[in-house]
Amino acid sequence: MTKVTMTINGKSVAGEIEGNTLLSAFLRDDQRLTGTHVGCDTSQCGACVVHVNGRPVKSCTMFAAEAEGAQVSTIEGQANADGSLNVIQQAFQDHHGLQCGFCTPGMVMTTAALLKDNPKPTVDEVREHLEGNICRCTGYHNIVKAIMAASGQDVSAIAAE
Amino acid sequence: MYTFDIERPATIAEAVNALGGETMPLSGGQTLIPTLKARLASPDKLVSLAGVSEMQGISLDGGILTIGGTTVHADVATNGSYPALSQLAANIGDPAVRNRGTIGGSIANNDPAACYPAAALASGATIVTNTREIAADDYFLGMFDTALEEGEIVTAVKFPIPEKANYQKFVQPASRFALVGVFVAKTSDGVRVAVTGASNEGVHRWNAAEDALAADFSAAALEGLTVSSDDMISDLHGSPEYRAHLVKVMTARAVSAAS
Repeated sequence: MTKVTMTINGKSVAGEIEGNTLLSAFLRDDQRLTGTHVGCDTSQCGACVVHVNGRPVKSCTMFAAEAEGAQVSTIEGQANADGSLNVIQQAFQDHHGLQCGFCTPGMVMTTAALLKDNPKPTVDEVREHLEGNICRCTGYHNIVKAIMAASGQDVSAIAAE
Repeated sequence: MYTFDIERPATIAEAVNALGGETMPLSGGQTLIPTLKARLASPDKLVSLAGVSEMQGISLDGGILTIGGTTVHADVATNGSYPALSQLAANIGDPAVRNRGTIGGSIANNDPAACYPAAALASGATIVTNTREIAADDYFLGMFDTALEEGEIVTAVKFPIPEKANYQKFVQPASRFALVGVFVAKTSDGVRVAVTGASNEGVHRWNAAEDALAADFSAAALEGLTVSSDDMISDLHGSPEYRAHLVKVMTARAVSAAS
């Protein structure tokens, strides 16, 4: 066991880990931050996406030891200070961008990273950016619509195809 | 996964000292971690290269772009000094994978369908390790095989920036690896064409196309050429004949798009 320290959602934390402890396992099992979901555990589905030093990564394909000293953001840190949904989360709710909700934490984290770099993406850019996030319920149309709405763009012309 | 320790050295010298025996270097981990999960490797210890500052970053000097071994794909994608290389990096995997996967890891692994080996071979890049510099022509030895010795790590890759270049990837949609990818680079010395994804021999040059394009750098120059399907990869995604056909199609597209 070795000690690891990192900042998660602005709070400094420390924990004891094995060498093979994944960041996703540290977040869920050690820190009890179970909003980060593990879907495929093979780096494909994106349900486990968190931000490490401001960049989206798949936390199931990174060791906790590699996050030593890092700034980590998870879905638990996304809501507004008063507990209300942030603009991305609210857009997902408004536009029915989730059904079962399992993929949603990763979708929201991936969206947050996209809009930080590209505040007004096109539909094609949104779809390209979601390459590593799989949703088995929605068929993606309403997720794309929610992301376009979260970026402040008019979505009235985006039909639920 | 089996159990192992992780060591995080700060310098190349410390990393090399930590390697040996049943250890493995860990770069971005986007191939190695899935491999460990599948219990296809059982190291006692991983030596993480992420904290080795000497292996990070991109610099341009005299037409040579030097990319540190632990530089992630996302940083190459946004660099832009070598547009064809940045475009290649921007189309590896997905955004989250591009924030972890590294050029050194890709070059060291030499997956037969990886993108970077095609860029290195077509560009006539130099692979820099902790002990020596290796020309790309001498480095890639076949599927998952390279000139790297035990305990030798890729610390940087040096790319001479060509006059014109382009990479065209026919994406295998599930994995985003190349079903066939072709990198074409034109310099004052001639043309180099490197093919990935297609062959059981791994990344390789297409010499006949290089000769034809040196005389006439246009897609039309390829029309009379044929690509043998001998030794092409056969799997559920494509037959050897299909891949051979794609090699010519993607080469022509790369030539037409080269800038």
